[in-house]
Amino acid sequence: MSSPIYLDYSATTPVDKRVAEKMCHYLTMDGNFGNPASRSHKYGWDAETAVEQARADVAALINADAKEIVWTSGATESDNLAIKGAAHFYAKRGKHIITSKTEHKAVLDTCRQLEREGYEVTYLDPQEDGLIKLEDIEAAMRDDTIIVSIMHVNNEIGVIQDIEAIGELCRSKKIIFHVDAAQSAGKIEIDLQKLKVDLLSLSAHKVYGPKGIGVLYVRRKPRIRIEAQMHGGGHERGMRSGTLATHQIVGMGEAFKIAKEEMVSENKRILALRDRLLKGFENMEELYVNGNLEQRVPHNLNLSFNFVEGESLLMAIDTLAVSSGSACTSASLEPSYVLRAIGRNDELAHSSIRFSLGRFTTEEDVDYTIKLLTEKVEKLRLLSPLWDMYKDGIDISTIQWNAH
Amino acid sequence: MAYSDKVMDHYENPRNVGTMDNDESGVGTGMVGAPACGDVMRLQIKVDEQGIIEDAKFKTYGCGSAIASSSLVTEWVKGKTLEEAGQIKNTDIAEELALPPVKIHCSVLAEDAIKAAITDYQEKQSG
Repeated sequence: MSSPIYLDYSATTPVDKRVAEKMCHYLTMDGNFGNPASRSHKYGWDAETAVEQARADVAALINADAKEIVWTSGATESDNLAIKGAAHFYAKRGKHIITSKTEHKAVLDTCRQLEREGYEVTYLDPQEDGLIKLEDIEAAMRDDTIIVSIMHVNNEIGVIQDIEAIGELCRSKKIIFHVDAAQSAGKIEIDLQKLKVDLLSLSAHKVYGPKGIGVLYVRRKPRIRIEAQMHGGGHERGMRSGTLATHQIVGMGEAFKIAKEEMVSENKRILALRDRLLKGFENMEELYVNGNLEQRVPHNLNLSFNFVEGESLLMAIDTLAVSSGSACTSASLEPSYVLRAIGRNDELAHSSIRFSLGRFTTEEDVDYTIKLLTEKVEKLRLLSPLWDMYKDGIDISTIQWNAH
Repeated sequence: MAYSDKVMDHYENPRNVGTMDNDESGVGTGMVGAPACGDVMRLQIKVDEQGIIEDAKFKTYGCGSAIASSSLVTEWVKGKTLEEAGQIKNTDIAEELALPPVKIHCSVLAEDAIKAAITDYQEKQSG
């Protein structure tokens, strides 16, 4: 079997060859392998120069100052450092945090941990289209609210939250605003001179950079303080100790530099492919788009093929690499909590497929996907007793099922 | 998910897919599971005058191992008496298909489907 067509760019992206090529120069004896913290020789100075160039490149994509960039191991660590770091630092001010039910687990589990430490967390419900209402955030704010954490783009359904408006609201109430931007960097514009975001998490591997490296943006004006979670040599101005991974950092810098240069044209191309994919299914019955289609990154299409179970569909389309919100594909045997939170019933959550397109997706890939899905969904529906019932006009929600 | 060849075979080429007329005499229908849980099996049997299952059909909404488990039991019940069919254990199904531990519930569901179909048939006869 040849390699499946990769349509799971929201899970991770391949490292761009230009990025990989550059990273190789920062590893071996004949390259620039020094420790950026070494102040006593050229190896260290050269490595430091490379790290600072990468810092400037990452800062440029989000229109921030290079001094506001803190290297981490990835967006999960950035989320932990941002939320725990700010919560611990500002604990005297209050112990209430606001977030949403559709956040990434790196935010949700971090909030759970803070609850165990005595903090209170409000988990907001999104609307049916996946967007959080500004009024709901405002209504949840209290005198002791210290942090609001809302993701920019959802990893499963790709919807874009209005972080500009949320930022204004938070700033007016002097509440720290953290944004997980792992899924939005390089896909939509992030201008931190304009946006009133205080802390922002980034990951390299969603933007054609390497895994294992990320950034936490920490605003300097007004200055946001965080308590370190990793202690050691006082790297990154004491916010995150640990020897800097020069090759990873250089990779992230290069990836973000390419993103800044190519983002506009690339997204136009990908949006056309996404629209083509959706149009390809226009004649299919009982097809549902999960999440708002307008307020959405171009790369993402999350569809539910009703009356077909997700895992069996994935088996049928094993020449594609996609992901599903079906319980059977998760370790927990629970269907996607994101789809549940936007009010999708279990059946639709079980039958969902996330297509995420990217830099190397072609029109042929999309056309093949449409043909394959159409054929396999039809085949599995002919196997499905629920499809029979639907065709017979029976509303399956009126049946008394024995849940097991 | 790494499935055994037997699961893949039943999934790719499911046996005895179809629907029987539930009003026909000698037909018993068992529907088990729930859409919310991600699997629903409908197993139908046709029993002859000697009490032997002469035909079986299924339709299943569910994962690969749910489809394979139901396909397999349609093969197994054919030619068996109701009593013999009622003795099919989920562990036999799981073993035959080499189901991974997280998929054992699929074999349990298939066993339940046989029992439900038999009960439905018997209730019809006495009713």
